Amino acid sequence: MNLLDMVTTDARPVIEVQGVYKSFKTVQAVKGVDMRIAKGQFVALLGPNGAGKTTLVEMIEGIQKPDRGEIFIMGKKWKGNEDELHRVIGLSLQETRFIDKLTVWETLRLFASFYQRDQKRVSEIIEIVGLEEKRKSYVVNLSGGQRQRLALGIALLNNPKILLLDEPTTGLDPNARREIWSILLTLKQQAQTSLILTTHYMEEAEQLCEYIIIIDKGKILKEGTVTQLLNEDQGEKIIEFVLEDTHQVQDNRHINFPFQIHWDAKNEKGSIAFTQVESELPQFLNFIKEQKLRIKNLECRRKTLDDLFTSMTGRRLHE
Amino acid sequence: MNKVIHQEQLFQLILAHFKETIREPGVIFWGIIFPILMSLGLGIAFTKKADVVRNVAVIEHTFIIQASNPSSSRIETFLNNYSTKIEPIGDEGICYRFTVKDEKLGNTTFFFRKTSWQKAMVLLKRGNLSVVIDEKNSQIEYHFDPLNPDAQLTYLKLSKIMERSEVLPAERNENIEPLTVSGTRYIDFLIPGLIAMGIMMSCLWGMSYGIIEKRTKKLLRRMVATPMKKSHFLIALMVVRIIMNFIESALLFIFAYFVFDITIQGNIPALFAIFLAGNIAFAGIAIFISSHTANTEIGNGLINAVVLPMMVLSGIFFSYHNFPDWSIPYIQKLPLTLLADGIRSVFIEGAGYAEISFATFLLTAIGILFFSSGLKIFKWH
Repeated sequence: MNLLDMVTTDARPVIEVQGVYKSFKTVQAVKGVDMRIAKGQFVALLGPNGAGKTTLVEMIEGIQKPDRGEIFIMGKKWKGNEDELHRVIGLSLQETRFIDKLTVWETLRLFASFYQRDQKRVSEIIEIVGLEEKRKSYVVNLSGGQRQRLALGIALLNNPKILLLDEPTTGLDPNARREIWSILLTLKQQAQTSLILTTHYMEEAEQLCEYIIIIDKGKILKEGTVTQLLNEDQGEKIIEFVLEDTHQVQDNRHINFPFQIHWDAKNEKGSIAFTQVESELPQFLNFIKEQKLRIKNLECRRKTLDDLFTSMTGRRLHE
Repeated sequence: MNKVIHQEQLFQLILAHFKETIREPGVIFWGIIFPILMSLGLGIAFTKKADVVRNVAVIEHTFIIQASNPSSSRIETFLNNYSTKIEPIGDEGICYRFTVKDEKLGNTTFFFRKTSWQKAMVLLKRGNLSVVIDEKNSQIEYHFDPLNPDAQLTYLKLSKIMERSEVLPAERNENIEPLTVSGTRYIDFLIPGLIAMGIMMSCLWGMSYGIIEKRTKKLLRRMVATPMKKSHFLIALMVVRIIMNFIESALLFIFAYFVFDITIQGNIPALFAIFLAGNIAFAGIAIFISSHTANTEIGNGLINAVVLPMMVLSGIFFSYHNFPDWSIPYIQKLPLTLLADGIRSVFIEGAGYAEISFATFLLTAIGILFFSSGLKIFKWH
């Protein structure tokens, strides 16, 4: 069920993507995507690198043209409405670098002039993204997190109805990432802006967005709210274990574990999904004891979006 | 209202680009100091005449000369009586020095090196000397490449000394009157050329490279995802470039005015017209060159492909009239030639609007043509 169906007021979606395809010389980046996003909705496009997230977002941004299919922004197509749509959209591209030798204030002032915003708005934005102390610093001297906050600030200059952020926190440390999240959560409370955010961090998708679209190889694999996505599997739990002697594991690979195990060869870690952890975990431990194996580490946790992705594709989001 | 908004946008773009340009320390060096240093170096090198050195090989016939009467050799007589003998260093043969003093044409020093024919040929091939002299039956023979103007000059000067019965250590040259009218010196020729070259270089490197870099950084893509007017972006680049070129040219002129007494003999508004037209031409070319590529190395190649041929052909450092006759009409239509000749004609020939109108028109047309076709194929994403 699409979340949109539950929204009764303002039924027309802010963004509508219908059967969109896009190919480049050697790759089919997007292979038939449909999407509808309502006013004020925060949506995450979650998927590994190369899933087609950026291509999809750039088509919504009007930077790329779909080979097939239609995209409507506020009910309008890009062709012929560029100026109007540019005024309602705020965006940040993956890794834009601004003019090195302009200060934060000057950069915002320049972009503000494109939207006919004045210096007051520039000051407001500097406050919103927390760059007060850096307003006179050259862009080239900003840290990665500060640059991303500047990019976000530029995206917010025009009070956009639609915000499109392409991997806004990739490559940032956890603190810098949280700073971006808190800016976006404040924005979410105001409920005036719809957001599409691409990410390969499941925490980011879960923290910020009520609706998540999992995308891989140019297609939507699954979509829904976090609860919808994870509850379908009836509260599965994941146990992860590391054995004392890794050689033993390698030697004993031929032993048939009575469970379906996902081996992470790099980290020498095994993981099993249990639907009834209370009864299945003792069985697992008994089996380990019978095989005279020793456990070095054992963890039990709830199922995550990453696990969901792995169960559908056999790969992890970060691979 | 709309107009005011767009003016604000354009103003902010110009301001941002101007700050970006002047905050780069390299701009000050390459745009201002380097052309001044170049004019200083070349100006001094070509205005103060140093002694000209001419190397000549004298073929040694040890056997014959010893057998016959050595005093009958004219070359030997000249070397022994008028030249200074220099003791040989290492395995080099005996050398003689003879200097002709000349206040008007500059001093010329001849070095005569005694050597075998084979050795002389080796030295000739290496470019160490250009004339070989020998003596047969009391006649001096001169061996040199008739196509080499330097060798010809050496021959003329040398034969004048050798054929004269009496050797004068100084030339009087009473019939030579050096020109001191302003505008006829090499530096007068050079400075307008340097100004023209500066405009070309700064447009192509400053604008093209800047645009390509912004495309690589995805900044162009980000900027056109706003309601920014695309033409404003390019106009801002051009305006800043013209302002910078004006400052750079003015400083070079002021320097040349004080150091080399360069003056502008023609019409100053006409000079502005040709200057502006040159800027439009090269800004247009710069936008055309940078319209497509996102790779700074390809950009480098493209810029060099435009800049280098014109540097060589357009008569910046030396007159293009030395090129073959058939090529001159083409060379004269090159943008850099049009601009350099135009500026030069105002500086040293006293030209006005009439003389530069064709070049101004052609340069403006070139600029508009390249700008509009560049804009058509311009890749913003």
